[in-house]
Amino acid sequence: MALEESHVRRAAHLARLAISDDQASGFVEDLSQILAMVDELQRLDTDGVAPLAHPLDATQRLRPDEVTESDQRERFQQCAPAVENGLYLVPRVVE
Amino acid sequence: MHDQTLTQLAAALASGELSSRELTAHYLKRIERFDGTLNSYITVTADQALERAEAADKARAAGKAGLLTGIPLALKDIFCTQGVKTTCGSKMLDNFIAPYDATVVERLSAAGTVSLGKTNMDEFAMGSSNENSHYGAVKNPWDLSAVPGGSSGGSAAAVAADLAPAALGTDTGGSIRQPAAFCGITGLKPTYGRVSRFGIIAYASSLDQAGPMARSAEDCAHLMNVISGHDGRDSTSVTRGVPDYTETLGAPLSGLKIGLPKEYFGDGLTTEVEQAVREAIKVYESLGATVREVSLPHTHYAIPAYYVIAPAEASSNLSRYDGVRFGHRCDDPSDLFDLYTRSRAEGFGDEVKRRILIGTHTLSEGFFDAYYKKAQQVRRLIRQDFLDAFEEVDVLMGPASPTPAFDLGAKKDPVSMYLQDIYTIAVNLAGIPGISIPAGLAANRPVGLQILGTHFAEAKLLNVAHQFQQATDWHLQRPAFALENA
Amino acid sequence: MQWETVIGLEVHVQLATRSKIFSGAPTAFGAEPNTQACAVDLGLPGVLPVVNEQAVAMAVQFGLAVHAEIAEVSIFDRKNYFYPDLPKGYQTSQMYHPIVGPGEVEVTLDDDTTRRIRIHHAHLEEDAGKSLHEDIHGMTGIDLNRAGTPLLEIVSEPDMRNAKEAVAYLKALHSIVTYLGISDGNMAEGSMRCDVNVSVRPKGQEAFGTRAEIKNVNSFRFVERAIAFEVERQIELIEDGGKVVQETRLYDPDRDETRSMRTKEEANDYRYFPCPDLLPVVLDQAYLDHLRGQLPELPADKRERFQSALGLSAYDASVLSASREMAEFFEETFDVCGDAKQAANWVQGELSGALNRENLGVAQSPITARQLGELIARVIDGTINGKAAKQVFQALWNGQGESADEVIESKGLKQVTDTGAIEAMIDQVIQESPVQVAQYRDAEPDKRGKMIGYFVGQVMKASRGTANPQQVNGLLKEKLDALV
Repeated sequence: MALEESHVRRAAHLARLAISDDQASGFVEDLSQILAMVDELQRLDTDGVAPLAHPLDATQRLRPDEVTESDQRERFQQCAPAVENGLYLVPRVVE
Repeated sequence: MHDQTLTQLAAALASGELSSRELTAHYLKRIERFDGTLNSYITVTADQALERAEAADKARAAGKAGLLTGIPLALKDIFCTQGVKTTCGSKMLDNFIAPYDATVVERLSAAGTVSLGKTNMDEFAMGSSNENSHYGAVKNPWDLSAVPGGSSGGSAAAVAADLAPAALGTDTGGSIRQPAAFCGITGLKPTYGRVSRFGIIAYASSLDQAGPMARSAEDCAHLMNVISGHDGRDSTSVTRGVPDYTETLGAPLSGLKIGLPKEYFGDGLTTEVEQAVREAIKVYESLGATVREVSLPHTHYAIPAYYVIAPAEASSNLSRYDGVRFGHRCDDPSDLFDLYTRSRAEGFGDEVKRRILIGTHTLSEGFFDAYYKKAQQVRRLIRQDFLDAFEEVDVLMGPASPTPAFDLGAKKDPVSMYLQDIYTIAVNLAGIPGISIPAGLAANRPVGLQILGTHFAEAKLLNVAHQFQQATDWHLQRPAFALENA
Repeated sequence: MQWETVIGLEVHVQLATRSKIFSGAPTAFGAEPNTQACAVDLGLPGVLPVVNEQAVAMAVQFGLAVHAEIAEVSIFDRKNYFYPDLPKGYQTSQMYHPIVGPGEVEVTLDDDTTRRIRIHHAHLEEDAGKSLHEDIHGMTGIDLNRAGTPLLEIVSEPDMRNAKEAVAYLKALHSIVTYLGISDGNMAEGSMRCDVNVSVRPKGQEAFGTRAEIKNVNSFRFVERAIAFEVERQIELIEDGGKVVQETRLYDPDRDETRSMRTKEEANDYRYFPCPDLLPVVLDQAYLDHLRGQLPELPADKRERFQSALGLSAYDASVLSASREMAEFFEETFDVCGDAKQAANWVQGELSGALNRENLGVAQSPITARQLGELIARVIDGTINGKAAKQVFQALWNGQGESADEVIESKGLKQVTDTGAIEAMIDQVIQESPVQVAQYRDAEPDKRGKMIGYFVGQVMKASRGTANPQQVNGLLKEKLDALV
């Protein structure tokens, strides 16, 4: 499946990555090569094969409903770029 | 003292011949003197290490020492360490002081080990040469013009150059085994789920697994005893009991059935590497093992499947780096979209961006079935290849990498770099354990023999590796860099 | 043209677990910002989710209550999008294999008819945090306390045909989740939130019209009004030659209108895929049986029993079974007094009136069900009359006394049934009312019945309300008629 620049632009938009026009062509080239390699998969007949999401056939263990965490806001916010009154700050969001 | 194995150092600490403080200070001094050349550490925690070493000596004096109390170690900078910068090799986390410890870090601390610092790595563990680090490339101690491998290149180089007796790495597609091979050390990737992933910065969650990197299989066994086991904070961590991995190291290998996957000895494998691996297999035959050829028919599809699954998971795992709660934030964002796109564009390097883009694209509408679903189907076939092979043989053997360490800057395009992982990547897709051990030299660069076992066969792999290391001394050979800087 | 409305609801219910769905942080409402957001909720590098057992159990209980298929294997997926209140850049949800499959809810409409509304599925997911838009130097503040609170999203089929049905369905869900105790159902605090899908089509047409999704309509009343507005808007639009576009709209209660949310230039692409940090949740039959055995009697069953076993009217049964608190209050009152009809009258009349006046829920009633039941018992056994009963109720409501008997005693409200005593009071009244007695005597016989009321009132007053009214009536008639 050929990759267009529009695909890369769309992925960059969805992934929230700013890409300059200069970079875009480089990414189109690299990603096209990667996808060409990946397209090898299409040669394999996988009809009727169940997808495998985890390497072990394990099932989810459930955790008892207990409060185990206490307030560590101060510690967690030490690595935050912008906080005030305990809130993380972002540019104004209009709804 | 730095020419000894971790096992020997533990004995010296136990006998009182050596204090942890002396030992730790010695390694710190070596790092200070020699790491300027190698660049294997991102952060060295000298003060904390000396404090911990003194505490270890006190514990020992009080009769409260365990086997590894006072042993210095290096940690790949992917493990969260409370109060210590944890960068994952990325500018994105250059300012990130982790507010908590990874489970394996907690376990190592509880065992009394001393962290020397955090080792260099490919950004977010994406790479096979350690050239994708925001903190610069790492040099291979065997040949300063060569790469140490990746992504755990800093850990491998540090151990090889005697800048740490052992280290922890992580392996998503070969990131422990390939650098171990390139640097002439022993590195084990355990079964998926054997070691907790809690606190390990995620690259591809269904593939990531942490493991030990050291001089010998015996050293690795000691570390596995500490880091393995169930963790309630990781849903994918298994509850299965942990054996004492040192107990079975000495088991004889007579009757061991070794399979050689024919796909691991084909095109692209360099002659010197093949020769070294075949020599090693002869050693096994002399130890009583039998050898036969087997087939892993879907090997060819492992790299394509991996480069769908790993980037897909990564694209989602790396969405949390948005400049809001931690990590890099661009200056003066004009609006929310600008905050996101610029923080991420500035914080991530090119390889990370490539994989985020690939993952986002293959998961997006109209492509999901053709890529993601297909790759997961292929993943099942690949796992089945291994399960079928292990019906026939006890372990599989082959090269860890088709070539010895390549030169810095040699791999220019991403795909040629990806193809380096041809022998390691399927193992992660199948979730089985694998170990790489030194098995010779090719043009004075180390060759790694990879040994694979079925799920939870770590004890067997360590036993098989240890027996080889009892019969040979490849694992004791020192790179020129270490010899010159003794 | 005749139009038909088609409505489907997506209802998010916050589950009443102590801790979050994937972390051990508390879920309490109203804490200081970000004090209940742990490393996992914040999506710090390296953290991992582990599923809360209780969240799973609650989802299953809901499924059993709506006769749904429970998935033997359910799988968590990631829904990927960027928003500041979504810390990881994805919401962990269940897209392809939800825990609760198709089911149905029976709802009762105001005219006592019932309808079955089918449930498409219900799935578990995590709540997001909150964006606070009050101006902080022109910035928005993010509070992640709510992030990771377990949600059950209940998706209906488009089975409702008017706003009243939609409200009745929402009320039925509300009563099911509160009966089960899996949510407090508090809509004002966002414990239950509703997205409404509305479309219209010409009556008789089979194909659905284009729908609009109205987000976050968070009270029963707003659901009704939002639908009413939206239906009118769509019909007008079409009749004016326009076209309904598929979009997300917001209901503004202040202006009583829905308006288009400013949509981004691009359509969303959530890139759902199975969450690699979580494994399939597998439930076996024994577990389901265990939970089934623990289900309380549900509102529909209660309503049915109230009618068939207790003889209540459909209306009474429906009102009294609407909430678990109300039903429990009624049932205890009935247990104590032994008369279902009387208990129903008191709970719906005096008690509900008083609660409404003071804006209290039945759970906060100052008078207990036991107290009320004892009070009713005293009316039934004739200890007090209806008038005194209201005084006793008021006294108990105000906390003047522990029990009906105590109040009756202390206020001397015991009904006087001694004929001699009543006769003495009547004689006294007749003696003191010569004018009225004369009027009574001179009146046409068929008008006298009306005139007796004055004398009854005087006698009751003289007894301070304690005389038995029937006796007073009978004796008065005898004595007055003797004077004619």
